[in-house]
Amino acid sequence: MVAIALLAVTLSVAWLLWSGFFKPHLLLLGMFSVGITTFLAVRMNYFDHIDGLHYIGFRLPLFWAWLLKEIVLSSILVARLVWSPSLKIRPRLVKIRREQDVELPQVIMGNSITLSPGTITIDIDETGLLVHCINQVTADDLKSGELLKRIDQLERR
Amino acid sequence: MSDWMEIAVAVLANGMLILGAFCVLTGGIGVLRMPEFFTRMHAASLTDTMATLLLFFGLMLHAGFSLVTFKLFAIMAFLLFTGPTATYALANSALSTGLTPSEMDDAADQAEEAL
Repeated sequence: MVAIALLAVTLSVAWLLWSGFFKPHLLLLGMFSVGITTFLAVRMNYFDHIDGLHYIGFRLPLFWAWLLKEIVLSSILVARLVWSPSLKIRPRLVKIRREQDVELPQVIMGNSITLSPGTITIDIDETGLLVHCINQVTADDLKSGELLKRIDQLERR
Repeated sequence: MSDWMEIAVAVLANGMLILGAFCVLTGGIGVLRMPEFFTRMHAASLTDTMATLLLFFGLMLHAGFSLVTFKLFAIMAFLLFTGPTATYALANSALSTGLTPSEMDDAADQAEEAL
């Protein structure tokens, strides 16, 4: 219930910041759309899937800073691959094992892998992730376990 | 003093925009050059992430510190959240409908083995 109220408040603040309008009938429309969005979130069982968000959320900025560095590095790698005349790609499949009953860290991990160019999460479940890598370098990078360590730090209580 | 600051910010902003445009170009060329579906997605993800980051940070620097900056940041954040989700949906549906990614070696390697 607290989570639902929090979502409604966040949406309202976002709506006000976005529009900058304070006319009564526009505010009414805003309230209407906030209501519908909250209702849809409840209908889609959104709140069953955000376990841990209240403590993981605060640690995200630090994780994002690290991720940004990784994205820049792997972008340069992939850009060089694309422009190299011989196109030295060597697709590799890497299975990352990670037992997990909380969904959020697993999703953050999968999306972080997809975000950094050169690696794409193609399958994900409770036992781990299947990652498609563009060459051996990105595959080795992934196997080094740096990301796993960061994710573990993220969800440690 | 403030003149120099303005010039520095303008140079940085425009540099980021140009680099971002270059990333979009690289992604496009990569999509055309790569041999099959999954490797093409790698090239496309360059446009998805790096170009998005560079273009939006460049625009944010241009906008100065205002509500527009916040809006630009929000758009960027939404793109960075939804981008990988869409990529995953695409890759996973390709995988589950039977397109198997192959662990192939590049042409140079095959030539070496032939020798």
